[in-house]
Amino acid sequence: MVNIEINGKVIETRDGVTLIEAADSAGITIPRFCYHSKLSIAASCRMCLVEVEKAPKPLPACATPVSEGMKVHTRSPKAIAAQRSVMEFLLINHPLDCPICDQGGECDLQEMAMGYGSGISRYTEGKRVVHNPDLGALIATDMTRCIHCTRCVRFGQEVAGMMELGAPGRGEHMHIGTYMEGTVDSELSGNVIDLCPVGALTSKPYRYTARPWELRSYHSISPHDCVGSNIRVDVRNGKAMRVVPRENETVNETWIADRDRYSYTANDHPERLTQPMIREEGEWIASDWDTALTRAAEGLKAIAERDGAEQLGALASYSATTEEFYLLQKLMRGIGSGNIDHRLRQVDFRDQAEQPAYPALGQAIQDLELLDAVLLIGSNIRKDQPLLAQRLRKASRNNGAQIMAINAVDYDFTFPLAQKCITTDLGAELSGVLKALLTLTGDSAPDSLQPLLTGVEPSEAQQNIAETLKAAPQATVLLGNTAASYPARAELQALANLIAELAGARVGLLAEGGNSAGAWLAGCLPHREAGGRAATVSGMDWRAMVKAGLKGYLSLGIEPELDCIESAAVTKAMEQAEFVVALTAYTGEGLMAQADVLLPIGTFLETAGSFINTEGHWQSFGGVARAAGESRPAWKVLRVLGNLLDLNGFAYTSAETIRTEMEGLFGDVPIGNRSEWTMSEPTKLHQGLLRIADVPIYAVDPMVRRAMPLQATADALLAVRLSANSRTLEKYGLADGDQATVSQDGGEATFIVAVDERLPDNAVYLPAGISETRGLGGSFSPIQLAKA
Amino acid sequence: MSEEKITLLSDASRAEIDRWVAKYPTEKKQSAVMAALRIAQEQNGGWLSNELIEAVAHYLEMAPIAAYEVASFYSMYELSPVGRHKINICTNISCMLRGSDEVVSHLEQRLGIKLGETTEDGRFTLKEVECLGACVNAPMFSIDKTYYENLTPETIDKILENLE
Repeated sequence: MVNIEINGKVIETRDGVTLIEAADSAGITIPRFCYHSKLSIAASCRMCLVEVEKAPKPLPACATPVSEGMKVHTRSPKAIAAQRSVMEFLLINHPLDCPICDQGGECDLQEMAMGYGSGISRYTEGKRVVHNPDLGALIATDMTRCIHCTRCVRFGQEVAGMMELGAPGRGEHMHIGTYMEGTVDSELSGNVIDLCPVGALTSKPYRYTARPWELRSYHSISPHDCVGSNIRVDVRNGKAMRVVPRENETVNETWIADRDRYSYTANDHPERLTQPMIREEGEWIASDWDTALTRAAEGLKAIAERDGAEQLGALASYSATTEEFYLLQKLMRGIGSGNIDHRLRQVDFRDQAEQPAYPALGQAIQDLELLDAVLLIGSNIRKDQPLLAQRLRKASRNNGAQIMAINAVDYDFTFPLAQKCITTDLGAELSGVLKALLTLTGDSAPDSLQPLLTGVEPSEAQQNIAETLKAAPQATVLLGNTAASYPARAELQALANLIAELAGARVGLLAEGGNSAGAWLAGCLPHREAGGRAATVSGMDWRAMVKAGLKGYLSLGIEPELDCIESAAVTKAMEQAEFVVALTAYTGEGLMAQADVLLPIGTFLETAGSFINTEGHWQSFGGVARAAGESRPAWKVLRVLGNLLDLNGFAYTSAETIRTEMEGLFGDVPIGNRSEWTMSEPTKLHQGLLRIADVPIYAVDPMVRRAMPLQATADALLAVRLSANSRTLEKYGLADGDQATVSQDGGEATFIVAVDERLPDNAVYLPAGISETRGLGGSFSPIQLAKA
Repeated sequence: MSEEKITLLSDASRAEIDRWVAKYPTEKKQSAVMAALRIAQEQNGGWLSNELIEAVAHYLEMAPIAAYEVASFYSMYELSPVGRHKINICTNISCMLRGSDEVVSHLEQRLGIKLGETTEDGRFTLKEVECLGACVNAPMFSIDKTYYENLTPETIDKILENLE
C-alpha cells in the first residue's frame, strides 16, 4: 500500500495502480475519454492530465502509476489549463452538430466541454470531414465526430477477440474503419456503442428515435442465454426504445451480447399476437379473453375427462420466467398430468432421475477467468453463451489457460485451442481421454462404464487433454449445447463427470436458453416437482409425448417446429392433436397450422418475473414496456386458466407472491452438479451420414428470430446453409455452390451447398431453429443427401 | 481461404519474411510486419495491393486491418501503383534553404507531372518526402535505393537519362 495525496486529501491505495484508478476509488473525478477500466491504457486523448508536484509537466493520470508521497492536483490552475487546452484541441475537428447527434444529452465530450471547454472557439480554419463506413445492421457511424480515443479498436482486439476496427492513416488522416469497408461481425460488437465517448458510433436501430431525456430507464434481465446479463431498458411512452448493459461485475461486467442488446426490436414485430384467437371450423377468428380462456379451459377439461389427463402435455420454452414454469407445472399437475417438459432440444433423458437440481456452471461466472485448463465438450460457447466465452478468453489471455475442445464442428473461437478433436462421435473421444486419465492415476472406471472403454487406445490428442487437465490446478470440463442435444448425452455427462473427478476438475453444464435452471427448480419436468422433489405423478418427456401422439397440448412461448430439435416429429404431433392451446407472444406459420387457441402473452419486457442463471443466481425483474394489444403476462394467463379449471392455489396477486411461494419450496435444494448414473447399455450412433444441427446464435427463441437487425448480421445470414467437408461432398458428387436436396424424418428441403473444412467426415451441417430446416429431423441423426 | 491468399507471396518473399520472423519470439510473429510489407512491396514492383496486405496479415497471423494500419501509416509503403523509379524529393528545411523548390519545379517540368504523380510511360513517380538525413549535401533526392546529393538541374538531367 502507498499513501498519496490528491487535492489535499490523503489516500491509501494499492501499489501499482494508476492515478486515475486511485482517484476513481476515492470519488475524485478526473475527466477522460480514452481510458476505460476494462481496456488497456492508450493515454492518447490526454484529457486526464493532472499536476503532480515535482513533475515538470502535467502527467496523464491514466498512465501514471502511484508512488509513495505523491502529491497530485486535479483542479490546480496548471491542471485546469492543461485540461482546457486538450479540450480545445479535441474540439478543433469535432463538428458542432449536437442538436442532430444521437449521443446528444449523454455524450462524454458534450459534458466535458461544458466543464472544461471554452465558450468561444479560436479555430477558424476548415474542419476535417471523414467518410462514414457501413459497419452493418447494428452500428451507425458518423466518423467526423470521432476523437480517436481508440476504445472501439481496443475493445475488438482485447475483449471481443476480433480486430475488425482499426485506425489506418496517420496524423490528420487517421480514421477509424474496417479493412476494405467490411462489416463488424463480432457477436459482442454493440458494446463499442457504449464505449464510444462521442456520437461517432451509435446504435443503428435506435438512431433518431428518441432523446435520452425522454426515456425512463428500468432494470431487467436478458432471457437469451444462461448468463442472465443485467440490462437496462430505456422506455418512452411504454415502448422499449433500446437496451444497454447494466454493470454487474459478477455476471456480465459492463458488456452484453448483441443478442441481448437488439432483441427488443422484435417487441413490436408485425407478427406480435395482440389479441386472443380461436379456430372455428378451421378458420381463425379474433376473440376476447373470456371466450378464448373458456374455450382453452373447456377443451383441456374435455380431453382430461374423456381420455384421461395423461393425454395432455405441456411444452415450455427454455426462456420462460421461473414463475411461468412454476404455474405451468402446477396447472398440469393440478389437472392430473405429469407430461411437462422444457428440454425441447434434448433427446436423451435416460439419466434424468440422477441429474443434479439444475444444470449449473458449478462455479461462479467470474471464476472462469482464473482457470488454468478447460475442456469444452460439444459447445460453441462463443455463439451460445458469448459472455462466458469472453471470460474464457480472459483466462486464456491473462492466465495462460489451456483451452481444449471436443466438438463436432471446429468452431472459430476467440481464444486459441491447445488441443482439439473434431468428430461426430464425441463419446469415443471422451472415452479416450478417460482411458488416458485412468492410466495416469491408476484408478479403474465403474463397471457400468466399462463397455465404453473396451478396446479404446488413447490418441495423442486425448492423452494431451488428460495430462493437461490433470496437471492444471484449476480445471473445468464444460458440456455445451451440442452435448445437451446429443443422442448419447447421458454417456457424455457420465464420462465428463468421471474425467473431472479423476483430474480434480469441476464440471459445468452450459444450459440452453435463459432460464433452464429456473425450469428445473420450478419443476417444469416430467419427473420432478418444484424444488427438485420427485414427482408424485410422473409423466413423459417431450419426445415421448410427441411419439405417443397425445390428444391435447399446452405450449408456452415456443414455436414447436423451430424450438424442438426434432421438427418433423413435433409438427406431426401438433397437427394431429385434437386440441392445442398456445401461450405465445407471436403468431407464425407453424402455430397457425397447429394450434386451436392462441393466447397472447407478454415478452420478457412486458412481464414481471425472474430468471435463474447458470451459477444459480436468482434475478427478478419487473415489466417495463406496455403490453402489446390485449396481451397479458403469461403468469396471469396461467393463473386464470388454473382458476377456470377449478384448481386450488391459483390466487396469486403478483409475480412476487409466486416467487415467495417458490422460495419456500426451493429453500433446501442441494447444490451440486455431479450426477451418478449407471449406464445399462451404450447408445449406438448411426454409422452413415449424420446431420449436425446446432441452433445459430440468432435463432434461439421466437423473439430473437424476429429481431430484424440481428437477422441482417453475418451470423444470421451465414446460418442458412448446408455445409460439409470436401471429402464428404465428393462422395455425394457435390461441389461448392451446387444445389442439394436433403431428406430426413419424412421432411425434404433443398439448399445451396458450401464447403466447410471445419466439419468431420460423413456429416452435414444444417442448423436447427431456422425456418428453412423446419420439418426435418434431429441432430446427430441420419440424413439423406442428393444432388438436386 | 487464407492459404490461397498466402500464395500471393512468392517463395522467395516468404523465405525472406521467415528470416525476419525468426528474429522475434515465436508468439510475436507480427513483429515482422514492417519487414514483411517491404518485402511484399518489392516483390510487387514497388506497391502493395490490398490482397498483398491481406496475404502478409495471414502469413503473420494478424488481423488484416492491423497490417493495413501499418501500411497506411508509413509513407514508404505505396498503396497504389508507382513508376519503375520512385523519386523521393526532400523538401524539409535544409533542402528548402538550399533550393529544393527549384529541384521540384525542374523535375515537374521535365517529366510533365506534378508531385505524387507517375509519368505516362510508367518510368518515374515523383514524391515529396520528409528529411532523409542527408542535409550536409542538400538539396537531395533518393531514387529507389540510391541517394543523389548537391543537385542542380544539370546533374538531375544526367541522373534521369541514365535510368530506364
